[in-house]
Amino acid sequence: MRLAVIGAGAVGRSVVELAGEYGHEVVAVADSSSATVADGTDGRAGGIGVDPDAVVARKAERGIVGDADPDDALAADYDVLVEATPTTLGDAEPGFSHVTAALERDRHAVLANKGPVAERFGDLRAAVDDSDGEIRFEATVGGAIPAVSTVEDIEPGHVTAVRGVLNGTANFILTRMAAEGLDYDHVLAEAQDLGVAEADPSFDVDGTDAALKCVILANVLSFGAVDDPDAAREFTLADADVSGIRDVPGSALRLAAEDGRTVRLIGEATGETVRVAPRLVPENGTLAVSGTQNIVQIETTHAGRLNISGRGAGGPETASAVLGDVGRLE
Amino acid sequence: MSDRRDGAPEAALDAEDAADSAAAGSADAASPDGGHAAAAPSTHTVRLELVDEPGQLLAALHPIADNGGNLLSIYHERGNKTPRGRIPVEVDFEATPERFEEIVDALRSEGVNVMQAGTERYAEEVTLLLFGHLIDTDLSDTLSRIEACESASVADVSLAAPQGTEEVSSARLRLEARAGETDAALAAVRELADEKELRVVEPLTGVDA
Repeated sequence: MRLAVIGAGAVGRSVVELAGEYGHEVVAVADSSSATVADGTDGRAGGIGVDPDAVVARKAERGIVGDADPDDALAADYDVLVEATPTTLGDAEPGFSHVTAALERDRHAVLANKGPVAERFGDLRAAVDDSDGEIRFEATVGGAIPAVSTVEDIEPGHVTAVRGVLNGTANFILTRMAAEGLDYDHVLAEAQDLGVAEADPSFDVDGTDAALKCVILANVLSFGAVDDPDAAREFTLADADVSGIRDVPGSALRLAAEDGRTVRLIGEATGETVRVAPRLVPENGTLAVSGTQNIVQIETTHAGRLNISGRGAGGPETASAVLGDVGRLE
Repeated sequence: MSDRRDGAPEAALDAEDAADSAAAGSADAASPDGGHAAAAPSTHTVRLELVDEPGQLLAALHPIADNGGNLLSIYHERGNKTPRGRIPVEVDFEATPERFEEIVDALRSEGVNVMQAGTERYAEEVTLLLFGHLIDTDLSDTLSRIEACESASVADVSLAAPQGTEEVSSARLRLEARAGETDAALAAVRELADEKELRVVEPLTGVDA
């Protein structure tokens, strides 16, 4: 498949680097201010795509991916558009327009950007209905963990709930607080030094990121369980009941530990509700994954309970989910 | 167990043993809790809380007799007081499972506080954390208001206030909830916490994670 990769952060760059290993060719790459588009001459020997090493090196050295305009990448001759720009809320732009631009040309889109799938799922479905292209978004939930495709394999109508630990930053902080008996502020500073938490950690520690993932799962469950999309309930972040971990005191974790329990930021999605909150779980239980690990637990009507844990973030991990989606579109 | 069946008054005070022997004596009882023995009467122990006023005990016994319960023994612990300053009374009676439900409902609708009705009534245990200004917002009031909720009683409390009583502190609560009423108990705690601006860390119920 020929890929146009929009967004050159950790995920976008990893997709560019790894696409060849999966048998795909990157024909265009764009970041917010620049682009490079393969013209059949400046690519690798014998290939039609752009040179991945050159794109990544240029981004690292000069902060741009090429001399072309970002719109040129959107207009390139690709089969699949990979939307890997930063997640935005509300109208989910510019990611939403990138995806619909691909669908209008009857091309596929694979999203690593949570915004369009969490905030405008109904609009996306409508755009897909009018197109010969499809969308996939495995990378938006749980990084490397195949959460969406597992739910699809089981069939959403036979999944009663999906829950889990879906934010590595919050999980790292809770794990360290419990292990070291330290307070939130201390552990947050450590996480920021290690690059596990952003300078502004709000998105992670207030539960927004986990909530977006659960909203996406709720949409998958809701739309997947009915034949007529008009009958499905659409979820957005506004439908989620969210509380974060910012004010959880160290003493609460100590009291939990005394009783063989611990606290994890757990997200839960059904076809009716979305909830993210710190919850008490058994200290050595399945959901009490450590550090930046994520886990997705799927509750089914006929197949019992499934647990999948793994890395919920990271460039190559998330790119592997993106490229898995590209493979499913072939 | 069979030797204790003869010592009826003594055995009757022990709800589980009494229920076991009653079920064992019934040929078609499928399980000791009488789950399938619909018609067989078994012995039940109910713990009530009474206000220390004349006539209260009689008022509490009427709903049992009126609904087909066969009274076996009454243990009136007049010297003891419950945390709410009331008198605990333990009543043993025989009834079929259906009658038993009706009796407990009748007691409650008469305003009698049923603390414990047979072993199955407080079948669910749930542990949760509360944190915030627990002490400034009157922890004992918080606990007694959870107690006052019909779905659950507070079995155990651990408090941690490492920065003194005026700072944020945490508590771990173990609640005993009536069968099927854990969600109602948690909702009551949530509502109370909202009112007092406390935070609740709820367990994942129904998930033996």
